[in-house]
Order: sequence, then structure tokens, then C-alpha cells
Amino acid sequence: MTAETQIKDTITANDVVLFMKGTKEMPQCGFSSRVAGVLNYMGVDFADVNVLADEGLRQGIKDFSDWPTIPQLYVKGEFVGGCDIITEMTLSGELDTLFSENGVAYDKDAADKIREANA
Amino acid sequence: MPMQASEIEALLRQTFPDAKIEVSGDDGVHMAAMVVDESFRGMNRVQQQRAVYAALKGKMDGSAGELHALALTTKAPD
Repeated sequence: MTAETQIKDTITANDVVLFMKGTKEMPQCGFSSRVAGVLNYMGVDFADVNVLADEGLRQGIKDFSDWPTIPQLYVKGEFVGGCDIITEMTLSGELDTLFSENGVAYDKDAADKIREANA
Repeated sequence: MPMQASEIEALLRQTFPDAKIEVSGDDGVHMAAMVVDESFRGMNRVQQQRAVYAALKGKMDGSAGELHALALTTKAPD
């Protein structure tokens, strides 16, 4: 299976997918850790794909998204952004809106707490 | 080869001549950049950051990329 097929299958089969370095339980990079941490804290059910475990995927996801860095978040098959964009969207409340519009369950109180802590 | 903040700024300046550009960080590998440019108006954040990555002309690509991490903030002027 090519990396492209594998990526398409993964983002089709899962509402929320984070391509990251390491796993959600054990991130291997600060940027991946930050995004996985936000999603975990917000109680979002997401699939994690460890690009460090597969060199083909590591380059493949960059080509697929036309985006040079990892982590990369996909919601309902659409590329949302990398670490900086997810951070901004979390703080502005746009991530809440995105999840709501796509029927993705999340803990609004937890999201509000992140915003309070970073206000 | 790590990149100096001044090199990153010069590279971005070629694509965004009139932008407000601030590059910070001193290890040359983990850097931060803010780009405020009129051309970003009407673009979403993904489109804005793609434009910045394109301006960096492959400096972040693959294992040979000189920049490991560039924290980006992009927006149109207020």
C-alpha cells in the first residue's frame, strides 16, 4: 500500500486524525506534544499516526498535505493545520466551532479552562 | 547549516517586500517568525502559512532542511 492510500484510508476511517512524532501517550517532539495534549485535555477521540515509525509516511504526509512540518491535524478528511494554527484556533474558540460543526464530541469546559489559563 | 534570523528575514523579504517581519530565536534551528502582510487578507491561516513556507524555498523540507522548527504567526494588517 502506498503512503497516499494509507493516509486517505486513515483520514476517511477516522473523524479526527493527528499525524505526529511519537504517540498520543508518548509524544516525541514538543510541537506534537502540545497538539496531542490539547486534544487529550479536551477529551477528543482521535487517531494518532506516528510518522517516526514509518519513513514513507513521514514524507508522504508532507507531500499529501503540501505542508512541510509535523504535527498535522485532519478533521473529517480535511487538513486543519499544524501546531501554530491549532494553538491559535484553540485560544480563539475556532477549534470548538470546527468540532461542533463536524459533530466531533469535546469537553467545552476543558476548552474554556485552556483559554482561561492562557488569557 | 542552521539559519540566522537575518537570513530568514532576508528570504521572507524577497516574497513579502512590504510586510512587517519579526524573526526571533537564536539557535538557528528552532525559530519563530511573525509576518504581517496585506497579501494575507482574505486567506485562511493554512493559505497564509503555505505562502510563508513557499517563501522559505525548501529550507524546511525533509531531513536536509536547515530549519527544524519555525513557529509561525501570520496575519493581515489590522
